[in-house]
This record gives sequence, C-alpha cells and structure tokens, in this order.
Amino acid sequence: MTAEVESHTVAPAPGDTWTGKLRDRVVRELPPDKLLPDRQPSYVGSWIYVFGVLTIAALLVVVATGVVLTLEGPEWYHISDVGHFFNSLHFWSVQLFFIFMVVHLWGKFWMAAWRGRRAMTWITGVVSFIVSLATAFTGYLMQTNADSQWITFEAKDGLNAVGIGAWFNVTSLGQTMLLHVCTLPLVVGLIVVLHVLLVRKRGVVPPIDAFKNEPAAASDTAEVAS
Amino acid sequence: MPPLISAALDNPATYFSWGWLQISVGNLIVILVMFVLFILALVLPFPGGHDDGGDGS
Repeated sequence: MTAEVESHTVAPAPGDTWTGKLRDRVVRELPPDKLLPDRQPSYVGSWIYVFGVLTIAALLVVVATGVVLTLEGPEWYHISDVGHFFNSLHFWSVQLFFIFMVVHLWGKFWMAAWRGRRAMTWITGVVSFIVSLATAFTGYLMQTNADSQWITFEAKDGLNAVGIGAWFNVTSLGQTMLLHVCTLPLVVGLIVVLHVLLVRKRGVVPPIDAFKNEPAAASDTAEVAS
Repeated sequence: MPPLISAALDNPATYFSWGWLQISVGNLIVILVMFVLFILALVLPFPGGHDDGGDGS
C-alpha cells in the first residue's frame, strides 16, 4: 500500500511531460519582457508605426458591433434606430479597418518589413489581408438588400468562372452568413494573434537606414541574407 | 430610413472615366484618403519621441 502511494507522488521532471516541454518552449520563444515590452526603440516614434495597432483597434470595434448584430438579428438592425446605428458602426469600422490596414501594408512594404527573419510576420499579414477581404465580401453578400443581391449575382458568375462555384455558393444566404459570423472571423482572429506574436518575437522592424552609421547594420544585413 | 439616405441610394453612383480606367467617386475618395494618411504619417512629427536605446525587440 505504501509503495503504491509513493509511486503516485513521484513527479516527473518538467522536461519529460508535454505540458512542461510546451511551457519551456513558449517561455524560451517569447519571454514576458518580449511579449509585453514597456520600452520601444526610438524609431518606433513615428506615425507610420501607429497603423498596425489602429488596424487592431478597428478590428475590435468590428467584432464587438458584429456580436451585437448577431444577438439582435436582421429585423432589429434593418428597422430600429439603434439597430441602424450599430449596423453603421459595424460597416464604418470595417472601412476604417481596411484603410488602416492598407496604410500599414504600404508602410511595411516600403521599409521591406520582411528583413531580419521576419518573413513569417509578413506572410501572416498577407494572409490576414486576404481572409479579411473574404470576410468583408461575405458581409456585403448578407446585407439582405438590393445592393447585396447585385453583388451576389455578379460574384456568382465570377466564382463559377474560376471553377470554385461548387464549394462557395454565394446565393446560399445560410452558407454566406455562417462563413461571415463564424468561420472567417475565427480565421482572421487567429491569424492576427499569430501576426502580433511574431511581431513581439522578432521585434518591430527598423527603418532601412536606421543603423547605417553603426556597425549593428551588419547584423541586420546578415540576417536578411540568411 | 432617412429620406436623404434613401434618395442617395436610389440614384446611380457617379463614376470618373479616364480611358480604360473607370472608378466610382466613393472608391476614389477612399484611395485618396489612404494616400493622404500615408504621406502625413511619414512627414508629421510624432509627439513625445525620445531615444531610449531600445533594441527593437
């Protein structure tokens, strides 16, 4: 009996369990001071570095207003004044989301933000942009008004022409609505979280000429070449 | 729906055409706004900036 109890109280070494290994890897890859830094390099003090977080702020408003719209339903947001207000908030926050994201994209493109082993950061940004387009597209389709009918039947022909109409039937309001309120926002959210974690892991990309008078420039150039 | 909005939605959008390029006024305005924001973000000074010697991480 005593031997049995002892066998249950022996704890495995942290490195022997999958939870321990996962924890060690997470802390090693993304230590707390990198995950939530309280200081940033001086070059981050520029308006062009603000548009990433502005995009996330707009996305939060999009999600919050979208949740309200799903709770109340089309009869509410098409008819009542408060419903119109939340519908408009949802629509215009999407417009701001894309405006901020495009300016963010231009800024990162012209500073070659994939330098310094940041390729995956760039790629997750591109993927989140594409999935966001699909999410916005399904949003336009499910407005249930004349505008959405026009967009739907134009898109139907386009999707059939490229051979994917059998999988994405835009005239099916049920499929469109589920994609818009469930699948696509989930994918956008996950990719954006991954994108931000990669930004934290690799750091904010410096301007191209940030270290041109310092020897440190060599290390950044070397990382690009690798 | 307010009369002003319903009247606006009843009318076709205004389009600009230059040769092969055709674009609605709404889309053109959005693109110009993005250009203006981009230029302003590059040239306007950022308030409270100081060199703290951070390492970029």
